[in-house]
Amino acid sequence: MNIYEMTLAQLIAAREEKELKPEEILAAFAERTAAVEDKVASFVDIIPDFASKEDQENGILQGIPVALKANMATRELTTSCASKMLAEYKTPYESTVASKIKKEGGAIVAKTNMDEFAMGSTTEHSALQTTKNPWNLNHVPGGSSGGAAAAVAAGEVPCALGSDTGGSIRQPASFCGVVGLKPTYGVVSRYGLVAFASSLDQIGPIARTVEDAALMLNIISGHDEKDSTSAAMEYPDYRQGLDKDLAGLTFGLPGSYLEMDIDEEVKSKVQKAVREIKEAGAEVKEIELPPVDLALAAYYIIATAEASSNLARYDGVRYGAREEAGNVMEMFAKTRSKNLGPEVKRRIMLGTYALSAGYQDELYKKALKVRTIIKDKYAQVFEEVDLILGPNSPTPAFKLGEDKNPLDVYYADIFTVPVNISGFPALSLPAGFTEQGLPLSVQLIGPAFGEVKLLQAARGLEKRLAVPTLATLDQGR
Amino acid sequence: MVMSNKYEVVIGLEVHVQLLTESKLFCGCSAEYGAEPNAHTCPVCLGLPGTLPVLNKEALRYALLAARAADCKINKFCKFDRKNYFYPDLPKGYQISQYDLPLGYDGRITIESETGTKDIGLTRIHLEEDAGKLVHQGTVGDSDHSYVDYNRGGVPLIEIVSEPDIRSPQEARAYLKALKQLILYLGISDCNMEEGSLRCDANVSLRPVGEEKFGTKTEVKNMNSFRAVERALAYEVERQREVLNSQGEVVQETRTWDEGKQKTLSMRGKEEAEDYRYFPEPDLMPLQISQDYIDEIDASLPELPLEKKERLQQEYDLPAYDAGVLTQDKEVAKLFEEAVGQDQDPKEVSNWLMGEYLRLIKEENIAPGTSELTGEKLASLLELIDSGTISSNIAKEVFAETFNSGKDPEEIVEERGLKQISDEDELGEIIAEIVADNPGAVEDIRNGKDKAIGFLVGQVMKKTKGKANPQLANQLIREEIAEE
Repeated sequence: MNIYEMTLAQLIAAREEKELKPEEILAAFAERTAAVEDKVASFVDIIPDFASKEDQENGILQGIPVALKANMATRELTTSCASKMLAEYKTPYESTVASKIKKEGGAIVAKTNMDEFAMGSTTEHSALQTTKNPWNLNHVPGGSSGGAAAAVAAGEVPCALGSDTGGSIRQPASFCGVVGLKPTYGVVSRYGLVAFASSLDQIGPIARTVEDAALMLNIISGHDEKDSTSAAMEYPDYRQGLDKDLAGLTFGLPGSYLEMDIDEEVKSKVQKAVREIKEAGAEVKEIELPPVDLALAAYYIIATAEASSNLARYDGVRYGAREEAGNVMEMFAKTRSKNLGPEVKRRIMLGTYALSAGYQDELYKKALKVRTIIKDKYAQVFEEVDLILGPNSPTPAFKLGEDKNPLDVYYADIFTVPVNISGFPALSLPAGFTEQGLPLSVQLIGPAFGEVKLLQAARGLEKRLAVPTLATLDQGR
Repeated sequence: MVMSNKYEVVIGLEVHVQLLTESKLFCGCSAEYGAEPNAHTCPVCLGLPGTLPVLNKEALRYALLAARAADCKINKFCKFDRKNYFYPDLPKGYQISQYDLPLGYDGRITIESETGTKDIGLTRIHLEEDAGKLVHQGTVGDSDHSYVDYNRGGVPLIEIVSEPDIRSPQEARAYLKALKQLILYLGISDCNMEEGSLRCDANVSLRPVGEEKFGTKTEVKNMNSFRAVERALAYEVERQREVLNSQGEVVQETRTWDEGKQKTLSMRGKEEAEDYRYFPEPDLMPLQISQDYIDEIDASLPELPLEKKERLQQEYDLPAYDAGVLTQDKEVAKLFEEAVGQDQDPKEVSNWLMGEYLRLIKEENIAPGTSELTGEKLASLLELIDSGTISSNIAKEVFAETFNSGKDPEEIVEERGLKQISDEDELGEIIAEIVADNPGAVEDIRNGKDKAIGFLVGQVMKKTKGKANPQLANQLIREEIAEE
């Protein structure tokens, strides 16, 4: 087996057994990156010649290359958010997740492409480059963490960190056939994550296996004094339930989801998962979840409202792009007009509108009420079931360059956003491929801070589904 | 002007007070005034991408002290909100403030007006962060570039909003004075208007006497001293009165006080008023303030100006005027009680503090409590007067030296030989000389012109450089003349 084909857990074991040296691991991934990056284009910034990166601490990630989405602050690499606004921008400080990875010896070797400021579902809204789906280079990797998912699926890094505001970890993980975990809001510090929608954003791992995701969650989770929304609690070992299998768990299945107009192959993978779960001796219960369009509407109001405020700081005064103009207000307008992309501007406008006097009660405040209702409803469901199983993305990966109506694209988030609205953890698990060879997935949702059980269930199902997670790239499937 | 009594003045004030915490409201940077531009900044207060605010608990405590001292009720569940607007001195494009659930509400400040005391209601007190400061090259209008200093950005402020209970520019000034006094007693701000640690905007309107409905108001900004507030408001009241008297309508707008022209000028109209799109700050958890914490705050409140004034009046039998002057500044009241504690006559101590002490404080332009005088030293000075060791006049000299150097009064008297001459023999000799040298005056006294005694006593004081005991000198002169 090539080194780059090994999972994170295998790499760590081999290094601990002295079968592999840290520098050999780094060299293997550097070589793989050199071979495939031209095709996939996952990285918007990379440490040149990272095989010789020597400044690592002793720790569980020693010698392991890790890629971070381009919206997480690092001193060494640009934190561009794939925007012209911050194209060359480096922060003078390190995000909490970057510090934690470094403390465990991990080498942060690259920043991954994304939809500009994490707004989008294809990574085509990157102002910097177009990332391809490693399973089929004519398709998108999903988004907004498309570069992170593509890099992991292509074997450029064994794991990466993405951020998920409305599905931005789970949907690209689904499109690229890897595991993507959005932890409970508050489990991973947001300090250093460039904000899109602060009350929804959450960092999480993208990896090739459930175990690898658990491993990464162990490293990046924890209370952080620098993030007031970070959960102050005892953090468990997220690997503790991995070998427990499925027996004894109760899964809720939102039957109405499968009656919706979504891709048949997506439905069939959910049904397959249901069969596997039952075979393993676990229970599957029909449940009812709040209407998805309600959650979607609330999501797009809350997320854009917060974004309109969060992105106000890009005004050309202190950092990033600045356009010259006759006075300061013109400078603001010109800088923002020229350096923010159309999707970002669309959302800023939507959010500004939703918060405006005269519309705020009807839009923003109503959305907050809907949010509370959805949260309560999910909490009720979790009194009856351990986990919820359902579809993730309603379709497999789109074709690159497809002309899409923004509303249709927003609609693709229907199964992922309720989880951000409620704050609960959810995981995208590879479930097979379409006839054309594009990855498909199912989504598992857990109760608040129920990651241990969520990962246990995901591992149990992963074993039974046994889906390959590494795109070979040398032959079209 | 017969018309001038037709209207009632309605004023409400919005005061911003910078809190004297060590660090800023949402980061660990120093909140101190006067450092090199941008020396007190970090990724958080510069609003760099990805940074998050963390509440400074000390600032919360200070704000609660102010709220409770002003009799506010506390919103036990309160939150921060974002106030969104674009300006170069605002690093995040929004200010973290409080909107619909302020920390404190429904309070009051008691002011002293010509007609006695009066309560001015407080609508709310809330906590927010300050913005940075623009430094223009030349004037704003013709400047081709400007600098931004973010040292002040993120410094904690409390905003204190009064009810429209103020009825004259003089009351507005009295309100500010009372508010400042209260804040200084709490020690949570230095309330320096020139340095901007206390800022005041005013809403002004007129309404016909007897009318309940408010008239159209204007907001007046840019008043940089108490005097400016009083003058700007007086100007604005007269301006509005003229508009109304000439059958015009007051336009709702924001006006700025031009100190040079001594006028308020229109800045922007109601239509240009910004929509701040307030919404709850998602980066901070809502605050839950427990009753225990409020009780703890209440218990830690110092004695407040009015309480102290009343107590001094009763406990030491002082005139209301004295008690008012002594409690104007808590440091003066402290000196008073220290000195009285050393078994001194309260009225005597009060006279010295209100007279010599405050005179020197003003002359030296220093803050009360910063001179070298202590209550104990003042007491020992009074002791020296009481025992006849020094005269009252000499005592003033000694007082000034103690005030400046902190030297013990007794030591000063000893060193400089200022002891009063109370020895009859010593004084007798001097008096004999003076009587001999001034036959004219002696003649006058004999003829019943008693005034001339004062002249001779003056001569004695002159000769002894003020050290003679004046009563004794008077008595001895009479004896000397009678003997002749």
